[in-house]
Amino acid sequence: MINSPAELEQRRQEILSGRDAGKPRVSVCAGAGCLATGASEVISAFNAEIEKQGLTGEVRAKGTGCPGFCERGPVVVVDPQQACYLQVTPDDVPEIVAQTIKENKIVERLLYTDPTTKEKAVRESDIPFYKNQERNIIGNNIKIDPKSIDDYLALGGYSALAKALFQMSSEQVVEEVRKSGLRGRGGGGFPTGIKWDAARNAPGDTKYVIVNADEGDPGAFMDRAVLEGNPHSILEGLIIGAYAIGANEGYVYVRQEYPLALENVGIAIRQARENGFLGKNILGSGFDFDVKVHRGAGAFVCGEETALLLSLEGRPGEPRSRPPFPATKGLWGKPTNINNVETWANVPLIINRGADWFNQFGTAKSKGTKIFSLVGKIRNTGLVEVPMGVTLRDIIYKIGDGIPGDRKFKAVQTGGPAGGCIPEEHLDIPVDFDELIKAGAIMGSGGMIVMDQDTCMVDVARYFVNFLTQESCGKCSPCREGIKQMHRILTNITEGRGKDGDIELLEELAMSTGSASLCALGRSAPNPVLSTLRHFRQEYEAHIREKRCPAFSCKELVSYYIDPEKCEACLICFRKCTSEAIQGAKHRIHVIDQAKCNKCGTCFEVCPSRFGAVMRLSAEPVPGPLPDELRIIVRKKKAKNEQRETI
Amino acid sequence: MDTARIESIIDSHDGEASSLIQILLDIQNELHWLPAEALQLVSERLQVPMSRIQHTATFYKAFSLVPKGRHEINICMGTACHVRGAPRVLEVVQNITGIQPGETDPDMKFSLDTVNCLGCCALGPVMEIDEQHLGKLVPDTAAEVLKKYE
Amino acid sequence: MSNVSLQIDGKAVSAKEGMTLLEAARGAGISIPTVCYHEKLEPFGGCRLCVVEVEAGGRKSLVAACTHPVQQDQTVNTRSKQIDGIRKVLTEQLLAYAPESEVLQALAREYKADKDRFPREPSFCILCGLCVRYCAEVKQKYAVGFVDRGPSREISFVPELAATECWDCKQCFPLCPTSALQAAFVLTRSLRASPSPARPALNKQVETAPVPE
Repeated sequence: MINSPAELEQRRQEILSGRDAGKPRVSVCAGAGCLATGASEVISAFNAEIEKQGLTGEVRAKGTGCPGFCERGPVVVVDPQQACYLQVTPDDVPEIVAQTIKENKIVERLLYTDPTTKEKAVRESDIPFYKNQERNIIGNNIKIDPKSIDDYLALGGYSALAKALFQMSSEQVVEEVRKSGLRGRGGGGFPTGIKWDAARNAPGDTKYVIVNADEGDPGAFMDRAVLEGNPHSILEGLIIGAYAIGANEGYVYVRQEYPLALENVGIAIRQARENGFLGKNILGSGFDFDVKVHRGAGAFVCGEETALLLSLEGRPGEPRSRPPFPATKGLWGKPTNINNVETWANVPLIINRGADWFNQFGTAKSKGTKIFSLVGKIRNTGLVEVPMGVTLRDIIYKIGDGIPGDRKFKAVQTGGPAGGCIPEEHLDIPVDFDELIKAGAIMGSGGMIVMDQDTCMVDVARYFVNFLTQESCGKCSPCREGIKQMHRILTNITEGRGKDGDIELLEELAMSTGSASLCALGRSAPNPVLSTLRHFRQEYEAHIREKRCPAFSCKELVSYYIDPEKCEACLICFRKCTSEAIQGAKHRIHVIDQAKCNKCGTCFEVCPSRFGAVMRLSAEPVPGPLPDELRIIVRKKKAKNEQRETI
Repeated sequence: MDTARIESIIDSHDGEASSLIQILLDIQNELHWLPAEALQLVSERLQVPMSRIQHTATFYKAFSLVPKGRHEINICMGTACHVRGAPRVLEVVQNITGIQPGETDPDMKFSLDTVNCLGCCALGPVMEIDEQHLGKLVPDTAAEVLKKYE
Repeated sequence: MSNVSLQIDGKAVSAKEGMTLLEAARGAGISIPTVCYHEKLEPFGGCRLCVVEVEAGGRKSLVAACTHPVQQDQTVNTRSKQIDGIRKVLTEQLLAYAPESEVLQALAREYKADKDRFPREPSFCILCGLCVRYCAEVKQKYAVGFVDRGPSREISFVPELAATECWDCKQCFPLCPTSALQAAFVLTRSLRASPSPARPALNKQVETAPVPE
């Protein structure tokens, strides 16, 4: 139990003195992404190898929070060299232990190699993916074993709480947050200080603070990485917020699809209680606060504040009208302040380093850094944290290293199902709350999905609207019915049944749904449709008028065809076909039976690029198969060159 | 049905009506579905009307009112997985198992579901079978994987 | 309760603090269409036919009159091209489920709604929730409730309760704007013969429920 700020500092010194900075340490990312690629096997291999090579007690291997470079996971950092090894497998472990830990030599083959210059990068900070980031929040993840409060304390954890409780009045805390310009990271972008002030000033003795960790945007996982990787930073922010607002009870609302986040948050709460950061008389300040975890049971709409509150009360999460706002009438009718995970995680930084420090990052009206999940058709998938105001182009090309293969960039979708698609010509806008809105998208919670020439923009709109048909709560009719009708029309268009007037009807439905729905889910539901119509209207028209999908993505409008001139009868597509639709044999030109083809596209992908025989056709008739007798390939060997000839 | 087990789940939440969702989640995790008898018991113990329990149990996606198969397949339909070809993986899995998302086959071998984002976007398309993640799938590898299950 | 003065459709209206815009408007003889509203029930804000335009502090927004509280010096418009356009589409969407509903037909005439605009899905229920809320809030019997969500949302009787409570009550029947509730109730009884494959857990209860006579 820590009973005063002095004891907290003493505890920190004790932890630090027990740790020799010169001693080797192995940190393995144990975030969900790396675990899925085998991180726990890598950790076990390290422990076994450390024992085998007689280094027990000398080296510590630990699982840490996610450093963001998911594309190259499992990520391993070996200190004190700070060597950052990528895509490590258990087979690599003996070499790392023998070379780096014992001999202080770098294992070159596991380092990041620049694709153009072929230069190797030893440290994390030398890798372009990281070099162009400003990682105020997730930078510590790789240094922290999320299951150990000591790691957090060693980095100065809970010192912001001590400062707030002992050196600042609750009013000063709110004022500092207001001055910092912090805006809600969950999607709305509402100024956090103003929100806190409203809850602080609301009449009532019982108040609540809540962490909204119901991260539901498909393609966004930054909250998960912070919850899993550095749960104490969120708790510290929450306790400071509770003090500022005057709340003695709080909740962390975590979606149950994140089992590791639930586990780590649960452990963190227990440790915080044991150490005197939660409970009665926190750090001897006289302030009482405790927190409970609530598991979300799978409803995207519960990210909406009023729905989240009903869900906390044990009811279906159906939003209610605002006003009254949760700041005055929230959980059980009491003043309640809800902030997103990332918002809370910023609070200790602002209290510790001050609003002016925070202010130096960002643009005029969007301060600080923001974590984005950069995913889709991008080389470096992962989490990136950048100051607000960085351009989309820098994020996609400098950090993300552009589009894989020889494909062309088409659009980037930001903001999740409420967001929009931004085309090439707007890639130089600075990313902040207001500029993204001007471009027809939103910041949202920070999903950033990159799309290339093979992505159909009508299908993307249909995808998001389909998502929303499943996630609309169904309480209000403009949302329930409007989304359903938009989905029907978009499905018709992508399946070749589009007709004149569909675009106009979509626009009318977008108007009614967007302006009359009860909550933000419905009000923003038309955005994916409107933004794709705004920037890619010609794709809609091609689908409707020519029954053509320019991206060759809409199954009903695409056929696969093997060009007999190019087919080398190699049997690869024949073997890989998932519907036994390819007829062929050795020395027999392959033919796709159009009636059997399920258009899964496997043949197109597996056909060796030196042949390029499988073609995609849209709005073009598929040429009939060659007569049987013309399908035999006779190869004559002439010196080293094969020449083919069909009879 | 193990009534005592359900009772102890309810007790662990102090029989609070506000814990309805947490209690249903625990039952779901334990039995992999919510049998009618369990809902009845929860209704009586929590003094929550059955109509509200029905609404809650059908509103949240985590709950199932039908028993699940031996192997639970979840296919991620997150945006990142979608643009990398998740629908094609789903279609192949549907063809092989003969069931649609939300269904269980008559042999109780597989239950199929889609999920909105498992948060492993770098690995997309992702399929989760019995809580094991399989990443970077293409239709034919997904088909191969399913053959391994009995 | 202090008085609040505001303007609705250019008319000066005085209301009590805490009142909704709908109450204030109706009190002043200004009509606003509603489907899910009932004076004995908590405001629901579901059908959204009561959308009106509110101007306060220079900002215009569309709100549901049945849930939005009155504010001093508010300017409210109950009709505009946009509002009428929304009401038209909303009516058309609901007509797909209950083309014969008189309430909806009257709205269709007022807002020039085309009852064939969207494909028919005659479930007869437009999910206004009047029956559900009346049964819960006024009768406190909870015999009928919502199930599922989004476009799959339905109303459903709890068979055991329906068997004991509903036969002598039926107070929700006249509230139904599509007269379909009785159909739903009768359907519950007939469900015994053909259990829904999607919800066996609910069917289980259906099967064991005695038939009300």
